[in-house]
Amino acid sequence: MTTLLLIEQVLNGLQAGIMLFLMAAGLTLIFGVMGLINLAHGSLYMIGAFAAAGVAGATGSFVLALMASLGAAAAAGAIVEVTVIRRLYDRDHLDQVLATFALILIFSEGTRWLFGSFPLYLDVPAAFAGPVTLPGGIQYPAYRLLIIVVGLAVAAGLFLLIARTKIGIQIRAGESDREMIGALGVDISRLYTIVFALGAALAGLAGALVGAIQSVQVGMGEPVLILAFVVIVIGGIGSIKGALVGALLVGLTDTLGGVLLPLAFGLFLDPSTATSIGSALASMAIYILMAVVLIYRPTGLYGATT
Amino acid sequence: MRIKNMVAMAACLAALGTTAVAGGHGGKVKVGMITTLSGGGAGLGIDVRDGFLLATRGNDMIETVIEDDQRKPDIAVGLADKLIQSEKVDVLTGIIWSNLAMAVVPAATAQGKFYLSPNAGPSALAGRGCNPKYFNVSWQNDAFSEAAGAYLSNEGVGKVFLMAPNYPAGQDMMAGFKRFFKGEVTEEVYTQLGQTDYAAEIAQIRASDADQVYFFLPGGMGISFMKQYAGSGVDKPVAGPAFSFDQGILGAIGEAALGVKNTAHWSKDLDVPGNAEFVAAFQAEYGRLPSLYAAQGYDTGLLLNSAAAKADVKDAEAFRAALKEADFQSVRGDFAFADNQHPIQTIYMREVVKEGDIVTNKVIGVAAIEHTDVYGADCKM
Repeated sequence: MTTLLLIEQVLNGLQAGIMLFLMAAGLTLIFGVMGLINLAHGSLYMIGAFAAAGVAGATGSFVLALMASLGAAAAAGAIVEVTVIRRLYDRDHLDQVLATFALILIFSEGTRWLFGSFPLYLDVPAAFAGPVTLPGGIQYPAYRLLIIVVGLAVAAGLFLLIARTKIGIQIRAGESDREMIGALGVDISRLYTIVFALGAALAGLAGALVGAIQSVQVGMGEPVLILAFVVIVIGGIGSIKGALVGALLVGLTDTLGGVLLPLAFGLFLDPSTATSIGSALASMAIYILMAVVLIYRPTGLYGATT
Repeated sequence: MRIKNMVAMAACLAALGTTAVAGGHGGKVKVGMITTLSGGGAGLGIDVRDGFLLATRGNDMIETVIEDDQRKPDIAVGLADKLIQSEKVDVLTGIIWSNLAMAVVPAATAQGKFYLSPNAGPSALAGRGCNPKYFNVSWQNDAFSEAAGAYLSNEGVGKVFLMAPNYPAGQDMMAGFKRFFKGEVTEEVYTQLGQTDYAAEIAQIRASDADQVYFFLPGGMGISFMKQYAGSGVDKPVAGPAFSFDQGILGAIGEAALGVKNTAHWSKDLDVPGNAEFVAAFQAEYGRLPSLYAAQGYDTGLLLNSAAAKADVKDAEAFRAALKEADFQSVRGDFAFADNQHPIQTIYMREVVKEGDIVTNKVIGVAAIEHTDVYGADCKM
């Protein structure tokens, strides 16, 4: 394997990690602040993608489509929080899992009812359609670079929001002591709705960005949701920094594992055996990574050490 | 005395029950359709169902009960039990996925029910596991890939890059391709089932010295791959079995799929008697173009119509013989059953083209004439 190919694969890993981060950031915020396991986070991702595909189909504008995805997912998140999720904060995690699993089914069938059973069309904007040539002669899809840039911008925005703003202070306070900030006069139910809508909007944005290069279809959120949970367990629940580092680790491990493991086994096995063992091991790689992290840091890389 | 009465009453009821069943059926065929109508793969099941109903509509010999398996084997098994035991169906059909078929078909045929497969043909049911009550009206899983391997060899393609998800149907499909491809396979990559990002594989394709890509990525996986491949600037030609380029999916891939070659036993422009009428009737009824799944559902319905007209389903031997004749005008053209009751049919090479605003398929050649599967030799019945 040439160095150029390796660099390209590292870029691919980073980009996969950034996409995961957009999903995981909302999930970890919601889990960290409200202690809620939200399985329906993948549905919000799907709603973002469908809203974007619908608006892009009607107007032809990708910018409007992205705004629609943010709006639709945030609105869906806020509505769900007020009607369903709010009743779950005091219940145990099993009840939360059951209720949010029901939400997945409702959202999936609702979307199918609205948009039909066939995958929707959503394409990358024309300006980012082709590849660009990076220094060193690597050809890389422009749209994937755009995803990396947007993801890093969102990460920076989130850090500023959490570290520098009043709402960020409230979120951090809410993570460490829920009762106390309620006693200090912060309207906790409003704060929860805002955090939930923010997390939902991030998932919706991820769905729209990723939907342009993947398949916009019912059930598209669930495979990503599993990876996002792996990310927040590795990164430490509630930590945005952990979500970023965890997402990049998972993205790189998944991408490079899939490429390098079959090659590594190919050094001492015949090609077809090497491919099958390598591919099988590659699909386990991120879970092995998670297990190793949990052995040494049971609360995740940046989790609170309680 | 009371016990005697009750026994007598029970006997009467039982007698009534049997006459009712015999009287209610008189030559009619009750069909239980188990297919995927909700969740991610619902488009395929809906097409099979709509095609089947289009064919059997107006035939009052056939009564169909439809159930949704949600693409879950356990639910499919439960539905099969329900249809066999409480609905008392004579024929089962509808299953889309090989793993669901493997869970349902052996049990259903063991209970004496006919099963007509409108999609999915796992090799286990074509070879040693073949059964007199199991008819495959679609294809054996390897068929499209075998035909593609033969076609690309004839076209003079020398080096090929293979890619499929790492699960039995993916491996079968690649084995089928290699069985008939005479050139060199430079790389054979197995991806995760349900994978949505193919950046790493596309980089491998770019670096590879293959001059053709052949892949099997059904459903959403194929949509993702094709969109990403189009954006990558890699220009190696792409081919695959029709499952990634069926009508329901092409709308979502758009122009990124143009020029892709894919193998299938059917195409909407196939010039055989009855096909144009089928396409027009399907469009008029449902407002969309039929996919190959719809064509398979339609043929399954036609096959059942032909058998029901010839024999009573209660006479299993006669009904089986009537099915085996395949005396119907398939929208695929010539269609017959081999000894293992799997199709003998021609497989075509199609190309994705744009007709007006619609991205669709066009037949460009024949990939394999009167193709049948290699597993039939192991079938003893």
